[in-house]
Amino acid sequence: MSTEISDALVVPSKHAHTGKGLGTGNPADAFVIEPPRKRTAKTPRRTRTNFEMLAWLFMRLSGVVLVVLILGHLLIMLVLDGGVSKIGFAFVAGRWASPFWQGWDLLMLWLAMLHGANGMRQVINDYAEKDSTRLWLKGLMGTATVFTVLLGTLVIFTFDPNI
Amino acid sequence: MPAGTLYRGREGMWSWVAHRVTGVLIFFFLFAHVLDTALVRVSPESYDTVIQTYKTPLVNLMEYGLVAAILFHALNGLRVVAVDFWSKGPKYQKQMLWTVVGVWVVLMAGSFYGILQHTLISWFGK
Repeated sequence: MSTEISDALVVPSKHAHTGKGLGTGNPADAFVIEPPRKRTAKTPRRTRTNFEMLAWLFMRLSGVVLVVLILGHLLIMLVLDGGVSKIGFAFVAGRWASPFWQGWDLLMLWLAMLHGANGMRQVINDYAEKDSTRLWLKGLMGTATVFTVLLGTLVIFTFDPNI
Repeated sequence: MPAGTLYRGREGMWSWVAHRVTGVLIFFFLFAHVLDTALVRVSPESYDTVIQTYKTPLVNLMEYGLVAAILFHALNGLRVVAVDFWSKGPKYQKQMLWTVVGVWVVLMAGSFYGILQHTLISWFGK
């Protein structure tokens, strides 16, 4: 018995799947286990991109920017200068006379809607177990998101103080 | 109730739950808010009429609630970024949550009069 083992080629466990040597003695060494995220020819087309990683990164980057944009927006709209009392058509007209605040609101609209839509996508994926339910909820949410972003963008760009 | 509904409890899970709930609430408000603002393209009168509802005491209080949700989501979001990108983030996630709660309490107390001043003045005068 002892001579059989000493004659065998001993290789590191990571080479066990090559069929040479005895490996570590762990039976699992005999199988090749692909790294979980390795892409192969059989990988479906829709999972060949880094969409989920980019979505994860977008949530963090947009989130940090939105903290500044939204807390500034809330401070100006709801706290300073009489709080909500002052808000009216004239106040909006005064603010959107400045390209700076137009740009602020446009960026806030796009980032907030996309950030919220991706968050809702994750919530729907987590709780809607039926394929068709998930599809419908995400379709509805996506349609509402596209509509709202386009409407808001149109309003900012076509605003007319003398309407 | 399906098994495993309660994850590991404590700070990690409950902050995640609160982040979801506040996020969904804020998203639904955002739809309403873009629609009400879009009324500036209809007429100054229709916009001002709808904005009047934002100045009633009940909706004014709801604005304070909206700020509560947004402040938590913003502060906890920064904590999530720290957990993901700061090497010691996961180790200090609990301490960071209690920091978030502390800053949230201070900001909520500090903005109480500012946000509700419209209602407070209409009820009690200057």
